[in-house]
Amino acid sequence: MDLSLTLKGQTHDLPLKNPVLTASGTFGYGVEFATYGDLTALGGMVAKGISLQPRQGNPSPRIVETTSGMLNSVGLQNDGVESFCKEKLPLLPWRETAVIANIYAASVEEFAALAARLDGEEGVAALEVNVSCPNVKAGGALFGQDPDMAAAVTAAVRRAAPHKHIMVKLSPNVTDITLLARRVEEVGADSISCINTLLGMAVNLQTRKPSLANVVGGLSGPAIKPVALRCVWQVARAVSIPVVGVGGILTAEDALEFLLVGARAVQVGTGNFFRPDAAFALAAELPAACHRLGIENLEAFCGSLQLDDTF
Amino acid sequence: MQPNSCELKVLDLVPFGQTGSASRFFALRLTRPAWETWRPGQFVMLRPRNFGLDIPWARPFGICHMTTRHMICFFQVRGRGTQRMAELRHGDIVRVWGPLGRGFVMEQDTPTLLLAGGMGIVPFVGYVNLHPKPWNVTMLFGHREHISCYPVDSINEHVPVDSLREQENGDLDNFIYTIQERMRDIADQKGLVLACGPTPFMRTVQAFATEMGVRCQLSLENRMACGVGACLGCVTRTTKAWPVETRRESPVQVCTHGPVFWADQVEL
Repeated sequence: MDLSLTLKGQTHDLPLKNPVLTASGTFGYGVEFATYGDLTALGGMVAKGISLQPRQGNPSPRIVETTSGMLNSVGLQNDGVESFCKEKLPLLPWRETAVIANIYAASVEEFAALAARLDGEEGVAALEVNVSCPNVKAGGALFGQDPDMAAAVTAAVRRAAPHKHIMVKLSPNVTDITLLARRVEEVGADSISCINTLLGMAVNLQTRKPSLANVVGGLSGPAIKPVALRCVWQVARAVSIPVVGVGGILTAEDALEFLLVGARAVQVGTGNFFRPDAAFALAAELPAACHRLGIENLEAFCGSLQLDDTF
Repeated sequence: MQPNSCELKVLDLVPFGQTGSASRFFALRLTRPAWETWRPGQFVMLRPRNFGLDIPWARPFGICHMTTRHMICFFQVRGRGTQRMAELRHGDIVRVWGPLGRGFVMEQDTPTLLLAGGMGIVPFVGYVNLHPKPWNVTMLFGHREHISCYPVDSINEHVPVDSLREQENGDLDNFIYTIQERMRDIADQKGLVLACGPTPFMRTVQAFATEMGVRCQLSLENRMACGVGACLGCVTRTTKAWPVETRRESPVQVCTHGPVFWADQVEL
């Protein structure tokens, strides 16, 4: 079964050999997982969030397990864009699978500088713009919660990286996610990925302290799958650019649910922590799952959700 | 040896300690994974199928021991994950990835002092089993629960275990004093100290190591989600002594850069 597809953007298309990607922040730079599977068997991988300068992240504890999920307030610890381009990218099989750089910045200008730096990197297939990270006090959440700011960032990245497919990752921590989706589409986004983590909190009754040093963090894992599915469904109806589904995906069936409601591809995130070969296993299992469900053409299946006339 | 991910079968789960005791200790025996070489101090991530969807993370465990036919991990019931593990039965399936991280150094002719606190004894079972000259190794073990809760017998076969139980006020001070004395002896012999246990214990050992200038490795235990360096949950800060310049005084992953560190290279 041919699983290849193309995310048809407004400026640039992003061809993928299959719809299974890995989500930013859960798959390192990819090389950490090369021992658990064939990276080239994935449709692509989104590298962990990159900033212009190295960042040390938030104080520990910065992760906590919750029921069917986890909270993180890692705060985008990373080695910076130069280290990514010089040390990480050469190790990745970017000729055989799509390597997508997830970018984070604290200002529109910094986003533009970062995008410009990556625009010339042959190994980077696309940029995923993180307008929605809730962890960093300086910015993140503000961009993702304000349609004008999200649009300003998207437009700046679009201008600064004219050779790249621009994917914008949306936050679910908003009243109406379709407002954000429409705005970023208007200013040139090629695709949208959703959702980023949901802002949450956990406490310890014994110590009477928050479980995270940062008090609040982003919830991910199977617990958020229904929210993610709802967001993808709403966004896919609101825009014409392709949508990539993220949130609680572990199995091939989970992935197909996202395709059914309108996603063209998916990202496996916290699932990579359930087992380090989760994304590889999902990609390998997808053809059999399609066969079981009588899906002959994946492209035709995408967005084929059967609805009553009232919707 | 590259780590891999596989499913192993539970052979048995053997309770340790007195029956009815409040804290519960178990040796979990699994079929042997495919990997051939490992170093004591390395660990595996274990995720039994019975974790379902509600317990997302695998749990990190130091490898206690491996034989030609099985792998043994040792755990104490501390939370919902280990509680669920205590329900494992013969034939149950456990997802295992490893061997992970960096283990302890082993220098066969160097006088070596092993310092274990509580469950920190676990990696030393494999260590004394694999050490080619165990007569160069001594061990001091501090613990709170009854000695029968810990896998002491399998160490005693190779290296005599000097143990101190903390029950009353003053026991802890006595233990700390004994650590200091034994470390001083090893420092005089230009020997090596290897320690594993709770963080306050590690801090004490680290302070003595600095003061005495003795070579010392510490095995750290942090909350982990992935075990492979991706989640960045388990980071600890390095000192100016860290060998890679760009990583000095920066967070590094305990799972991939450790869990065993040279005592002068990390902040606790």
